[in-house]
Amino acid sequence: MDILNLIDDIQTADPEFADRISPRRAAIKNITSFGSKVAVAALPFAFGTLFKKAYGQTTTPSVADVLNFALTAELIEATFYNTAVARATAGTLLIPANDLAAIKLIQADENNHVTFLRNVLTSANESAANKARTTTALPVGTFSTSYDFSGNAKGTVPGAGPFSAVFSNYDIFLAVSQAFEDTGVRAYKGQAGFLKGRQVELTAALNIHSVEARHAAYIRRLRATRAGAPANFRSWVTGDGTTASGITVTSQATAATNPIYANEAITAQAGVELSGIAGSKAATEAFDEPLTTADALNILLNFVK
Amino acid sequence: MKTTTQENFLEGQAMARRSFLRFAGASAVMAGVLTTTACSKLDEDIDTSSTQYYNLGTGDIAVLNYAYALEQLEAAFYTQVVATPYAGISSEELGLLTEVRDHEVIHREFFKKALATNAIPALVPNFASINFSNRAAVLGAAKTFEDLGVAAYNGAGYLIQDVNYLTLAGKIVSVEARHAALIRNLLGLNFADSTVVDLSNGLEKSMTPAQVLPLANSFIATGYTLSATGLGS
Repeated sequence: MDILNLIDDIQTADPEFADRISPRRAAIKNITSFGSKVAVAALPFAFGTLFKKAYGQTTTPSVADVLNFALTAELIEATFYNTAVARATAGTLLIPANDLAAIKLIQADENNHVTFLRNVLTSANESAANKARTTTALPVGTFSTSYDFSGNAKGTVPGAGPFSAVFSNYDIFLAVSQAFEDTGVRAYKGQAGFLKGRQVELTAALNIHSVEARHAAYIRRLRATRAGAPANFRSWVTGDGTTASGITVTSQATAATNPIYANEAITAQAGVELSGIAGSKAATEAFDEPLTTADALNILLNFVK
Repeated sequence: MKTTTQENFLEGQAMARRSFLRFAGASAVMAGVLTTTACSKLDEDIDTSSTQYYNLGTGDIAVLNYAYALEQLEAAFYTQVVATPYAGISSEELGLLTEVRDHEVIHREFFKKALATNAIPALVPNFASINFSNRAAVLGAAKTFEDLGVAAYNGAGYLIQDVNYLTLAGKIVSVEARHAALIRNLLGLNFADSTVVDLSNGLEKSMTPAQVLPLANSFIATGYTLSATGLGS
């Protein structure tokens, strides 16, 4: 890779490039002296970040922004599980007795995450959208004006999404649950950098992140042990697309869930190709990738308005 | 413990490692900072029962070596599990544990390559306390390693100064948490309990290096144990 030539090329195309990145002249200087930095291994990543800063979003999200984003995700998850458990109690969603304890523990975790984040965010810092959302279980047969767990929140007909049987078919419920948990894992990971060095906030976010990963793995395990499960379906994420999701109910469902696993098939980390160690499949599985705020929101907006 | 399986993995890596060596010299500046702290192998005649044989030093390199040490332990553990499977192991469980071994070996090799000349040496594990022929003992130890790994990554995240390293740690810790949940499922347990998650707020109970290392050291051979006084208390 020839970063310096690339910078020249960009400057030819965009004479203002240097001005765009002028506050980061030190970073550019670093690139030229990268030969003496261990960070060479992370060069593609470092440059990508610089590029994004020059042309993309220029402000770093505040801690409140990060927590509000997390709260949005947790509110969706808490409401989802509150509804599922209510439906199970009512007998309209048949959750096997052996699985119910785990589902209820996940429910408790997600509600606790909501409470935790609300406690951290003072009322003044909580976004209006999140204030308007509740975690009340949805009544049978309805998809509320805030949440549409059928996945049709972007559409006009409530409940008409690819997962319309989410609260009556246990396998569909597990698939949507996995979708939320895997999205949560990737979304928190994408926020961690914004909290760098903040012992309290970052550690709390990481401590939620790993719990979401435990949820995701357990839900995936429950799916793997169901009749008709995809072959070799695992608690970790293999590759991308339907290989990663194991969700193939309809093409509409696949279209909704594939973005959750975008970029998960990569086999190199920080410029180090890892597929030669134990195969490319294991190399994709050994690392979970982050999602940007925008990509995570785009996924979640199938389920929340 | 050094197994043939581990060595085979390394041999297979000759090519990839060579290409990475192009970058190895780049660590000179960092290495200069670290020579006085990292890998400070003490005199041979000191009490080798000391738990401070290798001090991991300070800064991002210390955190990465901390992770590298834990991944070495996990990789060695699962390598042994797969090499000498417990009595009555099912083909499904052997398959799952083999995949987990592969992930841990990849993590180990990744850190080794990324750290290059700054990497601590290969540790010699001490798994004498683990009965590898007994399913409950092996899965119980696996649970310990995975839970400890998650708590360790979570507790060290704030110490990381380079945001790229922070993201990399995040990419690994969630896979460790996935392992932890699966191992617990194999043991007939839920994905977490009050030993690892604070059930009052749903947060994992992260651990500081000072809390983790005594536990990790109990699985490291005398003379190779670690200290991390530069990573806070």
